[in-house]
Amino acid sequence: MNVLGITVPTGYELFINIAIILIKIAVVIAVTMFHVLYATYFERKVIGHMQIRLGPMRVGFHGILQPVADGLKLFFKEDIIPAQADKAVFKVAPLIPVFATISSLAVLPFFNGFVIANINIGLLYLFAMSSLAAYGVVLAGWASNSKYSFLGGLRSSAQVISYEVSMALSLVGVMLMSGSLNLTEIVRAQQQHWYGMYLFPQFVGYFIFVVSAFAETNRTPFDLPEAESELVAGYFTEYSGMRFALYYAAEYIGMIVMSCIAVVCFWGGWTLPPVLMNAVPALAVVPGIVWFLMKVYIHVFLYYWVRATVPRYRYDQLMSLGWKVLLPLALANIVVTSIVKYMAGS
Amino acid sequence: MLPRLFFGYFAIVMTVLALVIITRKNPVHSVLWMLVLFFHVAGLYLFLNAEFLAAVQIILYAGAILVLFLFVVMMLNLREEIVSERFGGAWPLGVSVGAFILVLIFLSTGNFVQGPVGKYSIEAIRAETQVKAVGTLLYTEYLFPFEVASLILLIAIVGAIVLAKKRS
Repeated sequence: MNVLGITVPTGYELFINIAIILIKIAVVIAVTMFHVLYATYFERKVIGHMQIRLGPMRVGFHGILQPVADGLKLFFKEDIIPAQADKAVFKVAPLIPVFATISSLAVLPFFNGFVIANINIGLLYLFAMSSLAAYGVVLAGWASNSKYSFLGGLRSSAQVISYEVSMALSLVGVMLMSGSLNLTEIVRAQQQHWYGMYLFPQFVGYFIFVVSAFAETNRTPFDLPEAESELVAGYFTEYSGMRFALYYAAEYIGMIVMSCIAVVCFWGGWTLPPVLMNAVPALAVVPGIVWFLMKVYIHVFLYYWVRATVPRYRYDQLMSLGWKVLLPLALANIVVTSIVKYMAGS
Repeated sequence: MLPRLFFGYFAIVMTVLALVIITRKNPVHSVLWMLVLFFHVAGLYLFLNAEFLAAVQIILYAGAILVLFLFVVMMLNLREEIVSERFGGAWPLGVSVGAFILVLIFLSTGNFVQGPVGKYSIEAIRAETQVKAVGTLLYTEYLFPFEVASLILLIAIVGAIVLAKKRS
């Protein structure tokens, strides 16, 4: 075995492999956490400018150090646990969504060859992890022993279960077209077409995925679980300090993970469309991670844009949109994709 | 040695977790321990090279069914539930029936005959990927039972809607 030009003596390969995986994990988590910090900053900046305000301006140049100040503040705040709360569940609840969303990062291919775990069921693994995130919300709602939290928890569990179905079905079109559940293979399969992105043939699936991703991450216009004007802060009303920050971090990591899934499955991951690459060969110099991050930033910006534009849905509208519009649309998309694939294959 | 240790860990922890689940006074805690149990079941599937089943175990059992359990259990009046006795009066009967079945299993494992080796060896599944292997079998050889199962589920869905719908 050869690592960075140094030959590893036999018998030590296992340790070296473990060390490489640990370093990869550390790098991915560090980069993601940095993005989470600055996602909060840019959210406030972008929405501020959209509403003709300046957003944070005080800490550092144009408020550039604001997320650091916020993080430090939350870290040193007192952690209050309500007297009537179920203490064990109250303490565990914020950890579940953070662990679930960070674990999702393990199977995402960020650029060619860089993925912590290149597993064959990558897409299913992502579904599994995103379905676990609901526990944090439901348990927080129950354990807080407060009516606002409880209502938030109930809303969220119903919402997440409903939209999870459409989200999973919206990606079936991608699975059918690529013939794989491995995320790296999905990106490679998109390169087989001149347009290089499943966004074009799977535009229905992409639309359903993006809408469901908004609902899964409890973002506006589907932020009913934490609707400030009705429920104080919804399921995390009773949380303070570090545990409150964990919920925030989980929401932002969830946003980034959903954006990454959209980029990998619909936008061709770290690659550019072959037609563009052939037209401008000089683009091959740019490393793939640049394209990947740019595509992720576009999606994260979409979250801010929608939040500043669209008002909140009413609860029954949310449910009927999920079950009566998105689900039949996703099923129709699967049928049409299968038929087209069958016709093209025969 | 390592596989035995691994299996031993899962077997012991799953048994202990099962006992923990049925002895909790608070049903929400039972549901949470069940979540941990489901993760161990998924781990056991992974141990058997069945990564697809492991993922489905988490998605369906942990991610959907258990969340619905939690949804129902959360609505219970827990103050009454916690005070009331955990086991009904008939528990000695249940334990003896369980013990009897356990003895039967122990007696019958000695007569266990290994079935013929099919074409799906570990290597064959690895070459084909497990999702493809399961999918192909399910939609060719076992298409009829698969459709029957889906019909039964459909009837259950329709039944639930009919029961829940208000008569106007």
